[in-house]
Amino acid sequence: MTDLTVPKPRSELGEIVYHLVRDPLGLTGLVIVLLILASALFAPWIAPYDPIALNVPDRLQGPGAAHLLGTDQLGRDTFSRVIWGGRVALQVALPTIGGAILIGLLLGMIAGYGPKWIDNLIVLLFDTVRSFPTVMFALAVVALVGPSLNTVIVVIMVTSVPTYGRVVRTLTQSLKEAEFITAEKSLGASTPRIMTVHILPNVLGPLAVLAAMDIPTVVGLEAGLSFLGMGVKPPTPSWGSLLNDGYNLIRNTPWLIIAGGIPLILTTIGFTFLGEALRDVVDPKLRGKGGK
Amino acid sequence: MNTLLDISDVVVRFGVRGGVFRSAGTIDAVSGVSLKIEEGQTYGIVGESGSGKTTLARAVAGLHHASEGSILYLGKELRNLPETQFRKLRREIVMMFQDPIGSLSPRLSIKSLITEPFRIQGMTDRDLDAEARRLLQMVGLPPEFAARYPYQISGGQARRVGVARALALDPKLLIADEPTAGLDVSIQGEMLNLLARLQDELGLAIMIITHNLNVVRHITDRVGIMYLGKLVEEGDTDTVFASPQHPYTLALLAANPEPDPDAQLMRIELQGEPPSILRRPKGCEFHTRCPFAQARCAAEVPDWQVKGAAAHRCHFPSAWEENRMEKL
Amino acid sequence: MAVLDIQKLSVSYATPRGELKALRDVSITVPDRKIVGIVGESGCGKSTLISAIIRLMAPNAHVGSGQVAFKGEDLLTKGEAQIRALRGTQISMVFQDPMQTHNPVLTVGRQMIDIQYRDALSKAEKRKRAVDMLALVGIPDPEARLNQYPFEFSGGMRQRIAIAMALMARPALLIADEPTTALDATLEVQIIKRLRELQDEIGCSILFISHHLGVIAELCDEVVVMYAGEVVEAGSVRDVFHSPAHPYTRALLECDPGHIKEKTRNLPTIPGNIPDLVNLPSGCIFAARCPRRFDACTARPAMAEASAGHGTACHLIGMEMTA
Repeated sequence: MTDLTVPKPRSELGEIVYHLVRDPLGLTGLVIVLLILASALFAPWIAPYDPIALNVPDRLQGPGAAHLLGTDQLGRDTFSRVIWGGRVALQVALPTIGGAILIGLLLGMIAGYGPKWIDNLIVLLFDTVRSFPTVMFALAVVALVGPSLNTVIVVIMVTSVPTYGRVVRTLTQSLKEAEFITAEKSLGASTPRIMTVHILPNVLGPLAVLAAMDIPTVVGLEAGLSFLGMGVKPPTPSWGSLLNDGYNLIRNTPWLIIAGGIPLILTTIGFTFLGEALRDVVDPKLRGKGGK
Repeated sequence: MNTLLDISDVVVRFGVRGGVFRSAGTIDAVSGVSLKIEEGQTYGIVGESGSGKTTLARAVAGLHHASEGSILYLGKELRNLPETQFRKLRREIVMMFQDPIGSLSPRLSIKSLITEPFRIQGMTDRDLDAEARRLLQMVGLPPEFAARYPYQISGGQARRVGVARALALDPKLLIADEPTAGLDVSIQGEMLNLLARLQDELGLAIMIITHNLNVVRHITDRVGIMYLGKLVEEGDTDTVFASPQHPYTLALLAANPEPDPDAQLMRIELQGEPPSILRRPKGCEFHTRCPFAQARCAAEVPDWQVKGAAAHRCHFPSAWEENRMEKL
Repeated sequence: MAVLDIQKLSVSYATPRGELKALRDVSITVPDRKIVGIVGESGCGKSTLISAIIRLMAPNAHVGSGQVAFKGEDLLTKGEAQIRALRGTQISMVFQDPMQTHNPVLTVGRQMIDIQYRDALSKAEKRKRAVDMLALVGIPDPEARLNQYPFEFSGGMRQRIAIAMALMARPALLIADEPTTALDATLEVQIIKRLRELQDEIGCSILFISHHLGVIAELCDEVVVMYAGEVVEAGSVRDVFHSPAHPYTRALLECDPGHIKEKTRNLPTIPGNIPDLVNLPSGCIFAARCPRRFDACTARPAMAEASAGHGTACHLIGMEMTA
């Protein structure tokens, strides 16, 4: 007699992680991303110094035993500022991307599945928002309400919504016509059920890829705005303000600009690798096939 | 026996977009079809691509809107029935789709897929593990298939999953759209035997949509031959196969080469290609390809003529027989 | 002389699970001016065989051994340029899906003139040839239809055009890969009949791949039955279909509902599945599903003659001879 118990299917997330760590690219990306996340999360324990504590006598030191990456013009420990800066970067990037995905998902699925007039309306909205250049839009808003972390988050979120919304809309539109959706309808599945159980899971994969690739852009944007003095206010540490200080002091020491640049590069590489690997892994049909 | 499904004069009309400057028109993909299916019966709808057979099936399943006519299911009118009310009937009228893997939601496990009907119909008090086991066993798949995903199974296995899903809630009518398309001959038989066995066990009626006459001959009680959205011949399967009356039925039968190089086939060869449904021929819609067409065929729409246990729509049903006599 | 002579061809694919042995010691001969059918179910190696003949193999494919002789020359040792010169002139192909074999943005006439680029003819002459060819495959009013785009033709018409283009250069060998599978039955018989006439007129050989036994019986002179990457039976259509020697061929014929005269609700099937081509069984490839399996089947059978010109790879042949 064969075993008559029904085996539990492995969870989707488990499946994705399983295949991700078997891909060298994915593993590298995952490790870098986890390191960045951990350093941001445990910044108070990792950072050897208070990132905003002034110590003018030790100003502009090169890397050494006391200060791993040296100090800036006010004697603040650069390594600690990099770690805390990462926390700020992710504080901006994660809610921004998260919010943009949520709004984009909602609007995109309604546009893709709903009647034509709603679709037209939402697409018009997307196009309107898209037509503002992000940086100009940000500068305008900052000029109106003043620079702050929240302003940066809201501005980048709003301008990112169309990117996600459009992808979701297109995916939903093609999924809507798929035979399995008709099959679900023939079993009597309601529209909310079709949207959440059958369309949503098929949209999430490509969206995760997009988000992973987008995080470095947002981190870069935050750095850029802070560099321009429109983002995070001093003395809060940020990779952008680190770069700005480094730029001003490039004749005195190269270390500040290097210390501000490396985490940006690492973030870009880590999330891009992860995104690239995710692309192959989120589609169950491609799983384990690409050996590249 | 009770009549389960009584379709009369059903028309399924679609709007077509013209070119940029042309106005939109309409086409009748199904153009006035009537047929009856009794409880527990197997009814075959045969036709080639563009004949409207799948559209008809989907109209019965409530997936297309029928513009005219009536579709009575146990005396209840399905046409124009709001989806909220139709939903309750979806336990009884179920469909199997042509593309076995494409009709399974790709991110769901087989277990979720075959127990979907219970969740959709709010029957969450059931032991879904036990139901999954029962259904897999019913269609002859081992229990470990529950953990697999659609992309991990073969076309033949996906068909079985489709059957399990369709039959989960003990339906009265199964609409099977090309249930053997794309299957190897050695597996085709398994699928048909499974359907036949389940029909005997569960007493359900099956409406089978196919282009494969061999399939129809063996498993159906009645058959309807469709051409350009209309039935051209309809009746008891044995009668239609033994003495086909409409030249199109005859052509279909003849276009079914036997695996025997010496078989003396009575060939009736059709001319040209099926006309576009946008430009439906006047008179008998088959006259443009019919080797026996005469002037009357292009002018007058033939009416149904009953002959024995079947009926057909042809002005000159015996023309081919005379033709054969001449050739002999 | 044989136009195509495949000897002991073995092809495998590198997969993550190991080497997938898609073809093993396949020998097929296509004689001059004959139509040879290859019949087999999914996984029998038909597609691999075609890709090996025209040398359009997947990057992970590997030819282990054997030769593919075309007019006496081994195609497997030829260079890419030499092969390219043969394709479309000496060896032509017709594919299953007539919807995807034409360039959608060029008129049919333009495509038919373009493929004659090797010939030193005037454009008017090339056009004339295209018109003649379309007429030959049964397209009414070919002169006017030459100016139309592929989407303006129905599936059946497109397959005719594909055949016209394939035969334009009067090739010595036409490889037709399930050319009628996507078509309706009434069109299928029209195309089969036309193919037979054209073959006669042009005098080429055809290698016709199909899973449809009836079509093979109707069209072909000889038939090769393949199962899981091996040739299990080969001979004249009459010999193979009337007195099938291999149990697989027999089972396949029995399964075809067109073959079953009595109405039945219990159709014959072949129980079991095709073997895993990565981990092959050591003996006869069909043994696990064979109703007549016996001790000898643990060894791989060699091709034996069932009658003159009719071979099969089955141990039963020797048995029946001696018994």
